[in-house]
Amino acid sequence: MKIYIRSSACISPQNTFGNDNFLTEVVEYNGTRLKAIEPDYKEFVDPKLLRRMSHIIKMGVAAAMDCLKKGDTKMPGAIITGTAYGCLEDTVTFLTRTIEQQEELLPPTAFIQSTHNTVAAQIALILQCHNYNNTFVHKGISFESALLDATMLLKENEADNILVGGTDEMTDTSFTILSRLGLYKRWPVSNLNLYATKTRGSMGGEGAAFFLLTDRVSENNLAELTAIRTIYKPENLAVIEKKVIAFLEENNLTMEDIDLVITGKSGDTAHDDIYEQLNHSLFDNTNLANYKHLCGEYPTSSAFALWLASNIVKNETIPETVIERSIKKITPKTILIYNHYQKIYHSLMLVSAI
Amino acid sequence: MGSTVYVAGLGVISAIGNNVAEHLASFEREEAGMGDISHLDTIHRNKLPVAEVKLSNEELAARAGLPADMSRTASLSLIAAREALNDAAIPGLDALRTGFVSANTVGGMDRSEHFFIDFIKDENKGKLRNVYDHECGSMTEIVADQLGIKGFLTTISTACSSSANAIFYAARLIKNDVLDVVIAGGTDALTKFTLNGFNTLMILDDEFCKPFDEHREGLNLGEGAGYMVLVSEKVAKILNKKPYCRLSGYNNSNDAYHQTASSPDGTGSYLAMKGALEKSGLQPGDIDYINLHGTGTPNNDSAEGTAIKRLFDPHYPPMSSTKSFTGHTLGASGGIEAVFSVLAIKHGIIYPNLRFETRMAELPFEPETSYLTGQNIGHVMSNSFGFGGNCTSLIFSGI
Repeated sequence: MKIYIRSSACISPQNTFGNDNFLTEVVEYNGTRLKAIEPDYKEFVDPKLLRRMSHIIKMGVAAAMDCLKKGDTKMPGAIITGTAYGCLEDTVTFLTRTIEQQEELLPPTAFIQSTHNTVAAQIALILQCHNYNNTFVHKGISFESALLDATMLLKENEADNILVGGTDEMTDTSFTILSRLGLYKRWPVSNLNLYATKTRGSMGGEGAAFFLLTDRVSENNLAELTAIRTIYKPENLAVIEKKVIAFLEENNLTMEDIDLVITGKSGDTAHDDIYEQLNHSLFDNTNLANYKHLCGEYPTSSAFALWLASNIVKNETIPETVIERSIKKITPKTILIYNHYQKIYHSLMLVSAI
Repeated sequence: MGSTVYVAGLGVISAIGNNVAEHLASFEREEAGMGDISHLDTIHRNKLPVAEVKLSNEELAARAGLPADMSRTASLSLIAAREALNDAAIPGLDALRTGFVSANTVGGMDRSEHFFIDFIKDENKGKLRNVYDHECGSMTEIVADQLGIKGFLTTISTACSSSANAIFYAARLIKNDVLDVVIAGGTDALTKFTLNGFNTLMILDDEFCKPFDEHREGLNLGEGAGYMVLVSEKVAKILNKKPYCRLSGYNNSNDAYHQTASSPDGTGSYLAMKGALEKSGLQPGDIDYINLHGTGTPNNDSAEGTAIKRLFDPHYPPMSSTKSFTGHTLGASGGIEAVFSVLAIKHGIIYPNLRFETRMAELPFEPETSYLTGQNIGHVMSNSFGFGGNCTSLIFSGI
């Protein structure tokens, strides 16, 4: 069975939402954190509902609604989300109040909206969708787990038009804590210069990207999602190479067939060494692209990468800003996305032109 | 599509026992696990009863073989998951594609609470080790590493239906030929965050809960973990003992009514139960026991009861809420109660619904109140419904 991406929508720190330009006007940030550009949510969500929604819920619901609209679908066959951190803003609000007010006189709203399944639940509630509804919360492969669920549902003939998305929000609190944990750069940089900085840490990021998956052929489909694979704690580079080759072989492909590799290079020297080595070994003869200078580093950033890849094959053009190396003049038809989060969770996605 | 999925091993820890055998003994003695709060540091001590696992964080960590400052959630998880894996005793496990699919609702929140006490006073303060494993996925990762599982791991969080969805997803990984063996279920420890959260919703009973009773006043929170080892047909054939049963049906539906409340007619619950029956090819009359979601809140039990009436009327199988023993263990409840459902088939027992006195006015049926043995139980339905309208029903069938 072939699985197609029928439509996509992406809210990110770039002008990716409600905008037909495909990354032609790149937004520059100087700092250590990239914040999502928020659209006028009223176009997508009832203003009465909006008031209570936190940042992640607004991003998730608006991206989901726009994705459905673009896919000309009113009722999805299933709603599946992936989020590593869930509803951080509401979680921190309730936790802080619990401590500061010594467990007394707490309002319930933040708690109610703190559960990780809130985005998927709110989408179901707005659509009155009683179908399959699930939320995956597994660190750097939260989105990939959701995507695997969606592909299995299609293969099982359980549902069609499956809405699947990856969402994570960065709050001031999570940014502070994750900075203390060493995830982000200690001095401000320009995101357009992220990979040249050669220091530890990346730039923090956030966003929401949704996709409508179907097994029905249509010339309106964006792309084919050929395959997906996750790898946990590979021992060394040789194991990663072996797994990438095996993954391609299972799909009757070799590296020769790959027109473009999109890697998850983050600007963190401690993490980018894997990409640097692969770029000179397995990926040696391939065009290369990066994306984290556009959306920042976060556990579900691979959803941004999938949005990028599916729109590249649809538009038959690679935005200038993502190109790292161009050695073959080729219309990009087959793209491999390879990302790892903190070297622990690695994922592979194959995207092909329809 | 694909293979039949068998249950080959069980593991559970809750307020009524630290393993399967202790649970069976507590059920037989009809001994509930609720009591005054003794481990959780909260102002609700001596006011709100909870169903705590009767071991300190340090004792749990030691039993699990984890560092003493480990999240209680991970310790609970490892103890039950390891019991399930040992119980299954799968020959040649190393050569099989093995995964761990776990669930929880607040990850390492019990440790994050410690971190935040210092952090909110000064952002440079707070021991980072206490917040490092805040994420839900960290709990799964810690346990998978201890069990030596590398093939596949993921975590599901759909509030109170989390671990039922983990079992469901695990079965599908086997049916889709992604994995041969999956340890699936969930874990949650009591935290200040959840206790206060549920308290603000005013759905906690300050007495021991009375599920499905006309005069029920709310739920008691509990904690624990429950896991089962699911295997493919191929693996079932090489086991040294007969598998417990099959996972024959499952369905996930959304109530799409309210973020926390259930619809009055229990639409999501009805669709979940109906879909699970369809998947298993069974009729309502084939179900021999329902392990209810039965939280004890006026809203849940009314919605679930109404949905059962719509689907089962006029022939009601015996049913009970084991939350009258364990309290509501949130993200762990689906896993814990799935273990109980399998044990009901294996041992021919039906668990009593403790403290039930008065039938609900709107329902023509009531839960079982006696501990019954020698029952012939072929098919058990296990219900798990949660915030966000997430409703899941599982059906286990004897072999």
